[in-house]
Amino acid sequence: MSVYLVQFLSGLASASALFLAASGLSIIFGVTRVVNFAHGSFYMLGAFFGYTFVREVGGGGIGFWFALLLAALAVGLVGLVVELVILRRLYKAPELFQLIATFGVILIVQDVALWAWGAEDLLGPRAPGLTGIVRIFGTPMPVYDLALIAAGPLVLAALWLLFNRTRWGILVRAATEDREMVAALGVNQSLLFTGVFVLGSMLAGLGGAIQLPKGGADLLMDFGILAEMFVVVVVGGMGSILGAFLAAVLISLLNTFGILVWPDGTLVLMFILMAVILVVRPTGLLGRPETAGHKAEAGFETALRPAGPHYKLFIAAVLALLLVLPVLVGEFYLILVIDILVLALFATSLHFLMSTGGLVSFGHAAFYGGGAYAAALLVTYAATPFELALLLAPLGAGLLALVIGWFCVRLSGVYFAMLTLAFAQVAWSIVFQWSDVTNGDDGLLGIWPSAWASGTLVFYFLALVIAVGGIFLIRRVIFAPFGYGLRATRDSTLRAAAIGIDIKRQQLVAFVFAGAMAGLAGALFVFSKGSVFPDEMSIPRSFDALLMVLLGGVESLSGPFVGAAAFTYLHDELITFEYWRLLLGLTIVALVLLFPQGLAGAAKHYLGRYLKLEAEPTGAAVTKREVREA
Amino acid sequence: MSEAAVKPNPAAPSLAVRHLSKAFGGVQAVRDVSFDLGKGELLALIGPNGAGKSTCFNMLNGQIRADSGSVSLAGTELIGRSPADIWRRGVGRTFQITATFPSMTVAENVAMVLMSQRHELFSFLKTAVQRHRKKALELLDLVGMTGQADRPCGVLSYGDLKRVELAVALGNEPSVLLMDEPTAGMAPRERIELMGLAARLVRDLGLSVLFTEHDMDIVFGHADRIIVLSRGELIAEGTAEQIRSNPLVLKTYLGEGQIYGRKEG
Ligand SMILES: Nc1ncnc2c1ncn2[C@@H]1O[C@H](COP(=O)(O)OP(=O)(O)OP(=O)(O)O)[C@@H](O)[C@H]1O
Ligand SMILES: [Mg+2]
Repeated sequence: MSVYLVQFLSGLASASALFLAASGLSIIFGVTRVVNFAHGSFYMLGAFFGYTFVREVGGGGIGFWFALLLAALAVGLVGLVVELVILRRLYKAPELFQLIATFGVILIVQDVALWAWGAEDLLGPRAPGLTGIVRIFGTPMPVYDLALIAAGPLVLAALWLLFNRTRWGILVRAATEDREMVAALGVNQSLLFTGVFVLGSMLAGLGGAIQLPKGGADLLMDFGILAEMFVVVVVGGMGSILGAFLAAVLISLLNTFGILVWPDGTLVLMFILMAVILVVRPTGLLGRPETAGHKAEAGFETALRPAGPHYKLFIAAVLALLLVLPVLVGEFYLILVIDILVLALFATSLHFLMSTGGLVSFGHAAFYGGGAYAAALLVTYAATPFELALLLAPLGAGLLALVIGWFCVRLSGVYFAMLTLAFAQVAWSIVFQWSDVTNGDDGLLGIWPSAWASGTLVFYFLALVIAVGGIFLIRRVIFAPFGYGLRATRDSTLRAAAIGIDIKRQQLVAFVFAGAMAGLAGALFVFSKGSVFPDEMSIPRSFDALLMVLLGGVESLSGPFVGAAAFTYLHDELITFEYWRLLLGLTIVALVLLFPQGLAGAAKHYLGRYLKLEAEPTGAAVTKREVREA
Repeated sequence: MSEAAVKPNPAAPSLAVRHLSKAFGGVQAVRDVSFDLGKGELLALIGPNGAGKSTCFNMLNGQIRADSGSVSLAGTELIGRSPADIWRRGVGRTFQITATFPSMTVAENVAMVLMSQRHELFSFLKTAVQRHRKKALELLDLVGMTGQADRPCGVLSYGDLKRVELAVALGNEPSVLLMDEPTAGMAPRERIELMGLAARLVRDLGLSVLFTEHDMDIVFGHADRIIVLSRGELIAEGTAEQIRSNPLVLKTYLGEGQIYGRKEG
């Protein structure tokens, strides 16, 4: 009996740090409408800062807690810099850009932390005076857990006071409910935004710091907590602090009890809980229905047109070049171009979902990796021939997309995005943890194509045919009635529903199709490398795809290809540096701030003045400015 | 029930609305509303801002679910059905704030309806470019928009968007048309022209129409019959003459500080 009680208390203890971090995320989103992806990094920084401050000033009972507060303040300062330098310029930009920019911050923080604190996991300092254990009906439990249990409700109460009893807090609440109105009241909005962002960052930092004695500090904390925070926010209801608290407790309890009952299944349990809650209450435990019209993507007010003569010529030239490439370059570059082709197909499948469907997925790598693993598992366990595995992999990925999509399309906008990320993280964890089957972190090796296709030259042509074929198929679908119907749901859900379009079904089918195409890319990948590791399903891989789409430009259909090439080039250039993440992060942030239309978008914007990049509309004359090319 | 008892329309009704209610939180937006929409009738639903007109429309086309009540379309219950389902059964609508697809051309907006009607939206390999163009242009001709068929909807003027919406709503040959403020946000001359056009079209096609409108000239000029909503309740029903002289209606509008229809009276 007492075992259960201690387990219960231990669950409550781990809920506190999670709650602090998630409430910060929720508050920032409520006011600024930015989903701060770097929030997990702030949490991690809180732990690292806490570690240093406790060592420097943390002598004695008071000193320890003072050091933790200092850590929170330091993270608040980091948040201040991020807000002033990056986000402030992006509040009016499409959400995708804010998310990519904060992803850039994740990379920067990772390398700065690596540089400052080293790669070793740091063991957390113990809290003076709270180092012992208490016995609860005979079962031992760390005293510090009791302090953690108190911390959650204490912060909850403090936040309640702040938002109900102070002028600033009431303003923040008003801004969450009606932003236009607060702006109309003459409140200095940018000051409010900055303040809220700093507060949210401090909460994340505090969360990271208080869990130090329990969990220490390491460089993997950022993505781990990010997915959990998203689950908490989605389950608790976006914008509801009490909801975040309840969800954090629920999830932590599920984890601690899950370990007792079904040690290998905690992730599956979390998945089931999230699924059940979302089916019963799509807005989360205490969330309100989201206001209509809040989309995760900027409005596409320009018309999509089939390719024009010059554009077709350009594509033909590129294809011709790819066909004769083996004559021009050596094996090394051929392999590089295979990488680009694979990534281009992957990015195009995501681009389809984002631009035509308006569905920004943050977990698209689940299907890329899913396809890769489907192929690898089929080869490893069923001795499936290469050709068949290549065919079945997209089906496997499509099936995974059907399961995940069935839940995700119930939500829209950023909620959809967060849920895709959370599910992708679950998929990654399963592959990572289920080592009996997937070989865990060691990956599956020796997955090679049949003899006829194993030479670089033949495989190059195979990859070319499949990737280009896949991209053309996607393009065809965009201009097919299905693609039009999907775009209709993106443009106006009201009108789409009022002309008989089943919005969720249209979106789900699009999700499955995009997942299958990503799976095809993943299968090509695994046969080109001969192996697959859980990394291919991870959050950073999902972000790679988003980055490629962004590099190429969201509004341009050839963007993903350009983006994949630019990404591969960037990656290869940067990887030679020790701190390549830092450089990549800085590049991302700079690109977002300087080139909001992406590379292909910018190129077409300028070239479009001189060349016919899109088909002339039939009938009446249309001014050039009104339509943008596909 | 409201004071003005609802007289059932003698002709077989296209739409029979009974005891419809809807509350948003504490606000009772619509309370126990009943009326019939006769076949081929142009019925105006009027009332001050916030009276619950749009909420009624949204319940009729399934966009929001009524708390209670029933809506029967030729014997079929509509409450509980999805907007898509209700549309397939022949109830089309336009929105107070136009809802079109800005990234598609005017002709494509109309073609969308035709594709949806023909269950083509899960076709992956056919092309949608130019699809149903002839039929789309015919529909656009009805509303005088063929000249702008190839402009993206995103750049049209508001009045033109209203015309496109009308063509879109007529696309699947509905039997009932719901028009929420068909002329809102337009210049006076354009309003008269557009409402004249809409009225002519629906009469030619024999549609039953329920519309709301704040411009009383338009209401009195075109409606066969008028029902008046105030704070969610029906307070009057009758011809233009009857409504114009109904003291309760006058009081409602005067009480709300809005004095439409005064220049006639
Ligand atoms: N989605 C909603 N959530 C909460 N309240 C709503 C919602 N829609 C409408 N209301 C409220 O219901 C009442 C009726 O609104 P409705 O839009 O139906 O009025 P209306 O007669 O169409 O007004 P108008 O002439 O301004 O268009 C109003 O008090 C409105 O604030
Ligand atoms: Mg209205």
